[in-house]
Amino acid sequence: MSDATEVATIPITVDFSGGLEMLFDNQRRHSVALPAAQTSGKPANIAFLIDYLCKNLMKDPRSDLFVLDGHIRPGILVLINDADWELEGEEAYEIQPRDNILFVSTLHGG
Amino acid sequence: MIVPGMGKEGQLRLINSRVLIIGAGGLGCPAAQYVAGAGVGTIGIVDGDVVETSNLHRQVGHATSRIGMKKVDSLITHLRGLNPLPTYIPHPFHLTPQNAADIISQYDLVMDCTDNPATRYLISDICVLLCKPLVSAASVQKSGQLIVLNCPPTPQGALDGKHAPCYRCCFRKPPPPSSMVSCGEAGIMGPVVGMMGVAQAGEAIKILASALHIPPDDSASPPPERNLHQPTLLIYTYDLDSAVGPYSFRALKMGGRKKNCFACGENSTLTLEGIKAGNPNYEQFCSVPTARCTLPPEGRITAAAYHAARERGELTEHILIDTRDSEHFSFGSIEGAVNVPFGKLLMKAAAIKRDGTPASEVLPPGLGEADAPIFVVCRRGLDSQETVEKLKELGLDHGGERRIMDIAGGMKAWKEEVDPSFPYI
Repeated sequence: MSDATEVATIPITVDFSGGLEMLFDNQRRHSVALPAAQTSGKPANIAFLIDYLCKNLMKDPRSDLFVLDGHIRPGILVLINDADWELEGEEAYEIQPRDNILFVSTLHGG
Repeated sequence: MIVPGMGKEGQLRLINSRVLIIGAGGLGCPAAQYVAGAGVGTIGIVDGDVVETSNLHRQVGHATSRIGMKKVDSLITHLRGLNPLPTYIPHPFHLTPQNAADIISQYDLVMDCTDNPATRYLISDICVLLCKPLVSAASVQKSGQLIVLNCPPTPQGALDGKHAPCYRCCFRKPPPPSSMVSCGEAGIMGPVVGMMGVAQAGEAIKILASALHIPPDDSASPPPERNLHQPTLLIYTYDLDSAVGPYSFRALKMGGRKKNCFACGENSTLTLEGIKAGNPNYEQFCSVPTARCTLPPEGRITAAAYHAARERGELTEHILIDTRDSEHFSFGSIEGAVNVPFGKLLMKAAAIKRDGTPASEVLPPGLGEADAPIFVVCRRGLDSQETVEKLKELGLDHGGERRIMDIAGGMKAWKEEVDPSFPYI
């Protein structure tokens, strides 16, 4: 971005839980300045965020524990402002400033 | 137990209720204590395991004196001490697609206190077909989850208006087995799983005392309090590491019954007869084959052979890498072992590939460049094989000149074959 004075970003918080924090520097909460638009020009959505997190925030090379075949792997719930993403449009949900996105892996032990 | 909202009517409903607790472990023990204490009239417990020493830190219904006893019998012994009045029904075997419906049909409400996804899907499917509410909890390491499903229960396929979700509505697909770890394997904090079991009992008592478990009757209009509550997934996170953050509870809003749900949805083909006959296949559904490497025999050495070679003085110059996490390593290791946790090793290997730093940096200074053979040991013998592959891929075998070998079976095998006093935890 040499000629652009600044890239518009959206401030959001991203949380990881249920063991997923292990893939992100063992830190549960991250403040992220997400580019407001994808390279295609479309507004940033959840699919874009997932890709962005893999490329910019994930410290662990085991990305298959987070993403499989380009989508969030089975067994991970995505919560948008504490609501299941299925209530909000899943990958297509357009991210708003100050959104909280939580990724939590489902547990089976007992 | 007399509190606002819980009076004689609620208590009488509890006495006349039948609760099934599936799993007499870290969730089932605390859950059962409070269900028994509340005066539920009939309590069934399903579990095929026996009590082991390693269970006791969290499975508070068992005792040192009952090690080796069937868990259901041990837990019922404990519960009778708390409250001799309920009828306790032992089911001393694991729940299977063949026996599940016969057992669950004898009860009003089911508590899923199990430890594996195949059984969790089975329980939910049977609860859908038999119209039973399900209180489901799970916990591993430092996290716990709780959700009330299928409550109030409505028949499979009913989609008019709002209906409660089943397990499959919320968790459509199981995670790949490679990403799952059991409590015995990954470890678990007693108070975390205990908290979830107690919360489960709280929900079960509430449902029974307010008669939410009774399926709607066509002839009578449902009482007003039968409205579907917002389906909520509670997650509890507990932290030992202040760098990670404080403890937290979060209540997450989940969707209702899904139209296209495999179990409770519109065109579901799930039936009790089908389940009994093996359709769907729960084991297969929950175990997609994973690609974990297995080294050829010449790349491996048994713990006994490695020890013997050391004793004979054949291995004076060698490097022993232990890839367990530092917490496990801190309890003991083979003399001379260097701790390089597997996760950190993978991260370093990825950084080397990305940034082009020297491959030798994957190991502590001095070890990567040397010519001495490398032996790798882990907890049970899987990570060590991947480590050997990774080190060879990075060229640390100097084009095959340098031996890099895996100690087959890890520290578990070391304890079995060499040193029985080793604390394999």
